[in-house]
Amino acid sequence: MSIWEFANPVRFMRLSGRVLPWITGLAILTLIPALVWGYFFTPNDAAQGATVKIIYVHVPTAFLAINIYLMMFVTSLIWLIRRHHVSALAAKAAAPIGAVMTLIALITGAVWGQPMWGTWWVWDPRLTSFLIMFIFYIGYIALWAAIDEADKAADLTSILCMIGSVFAIISRYAVNFWNQGLHQGTSVPLLKPGTQNQVAAVFWQPLMLSIAGFFLLFLALLLLRTRTEIRNRRITALRAREA
Amino acid sequence: MLPDLGKYAVPVLSAYASMIVLIVGLILLSLRNAKKSKATLARLEEKRKAK
Repeated sequence: MSIWEFANPVRFMRLSGRVLPWITGLAILTLIPALVWGYFFTPNDAAQGATVKIIYVHVPTAFLAINIYLMMFVTSLIWLIRRHHVSALAAKAAAPIGAVMTLIALITGAVWGQPMWGTWWVWDPRLTSFLIMFIFYIGYIALWAAIDEADKAADLTSILCMIGSVFAIISRYAVNFWNQGLHQGTSVPLLKPGTQNQVAAVFWQPLMLSIAGFFLLFLALLLLRTRTEIRNRRITALRAREA
Repeated sequence: MLPDLGKYAVPVLSAYASMIVLIVGLILLSLRNAKKSKATLARLEEKRKAK
């Protein structure tokens, strides 16, 4: 089966309708235990005290904030090249989820930064590029809402998404580019827990489960919202036919 | 059972509270929109078939 079969709205609705309950169930079964494990059953860190518990919220949402934007970049590119409506609508559906994840990462980062760095905010490369990415998310949502003609809105928002993706990449690699600022580099190894200067296994295991849970939640919401966008497109077409 | 958050209770609890509020809000909004569009589409399709 080719991935392009999902570009057909009817096939997408049929397939997504079948997998959505399973993904939703899996998201609930992963995310809630991960957060309970992280909050109730992990020790305090020697240097950071209880604030280390913020990691189970901050890191997964920051990870998703960047990667949702990159997913929007890919689906926008597919729209611009192949004109598949489902891909444009998937990008539109993903934007509010990405904006919320970015906002959570910004808030939890600020409340974590205050006791650790002594400040809520600094104009550090990673934090600044993250804030700009959040503004791009809001701009992207506003642009979709501002244009009535669907294809024109998809074209313009796709171009805006391409421009904003620069900041998503900078958010990910800012520390490597500039090697300055308060925010540390990648402290979450995906394959090797416990390496020097990285997260100890006792924190790493619930963290990985939390990342998986947030990712599954994103998938469930993405499918739900894309299905809504496809239905809304059909509603507009039927109303236009009636008029 | 309850973890001892010590002097960091406010930042930890506010981080979790803000996450829960925003995520629950997003889920409820997405479900509400999905329900609304499903009902509207069903009504329009019925009307189209009736014609």
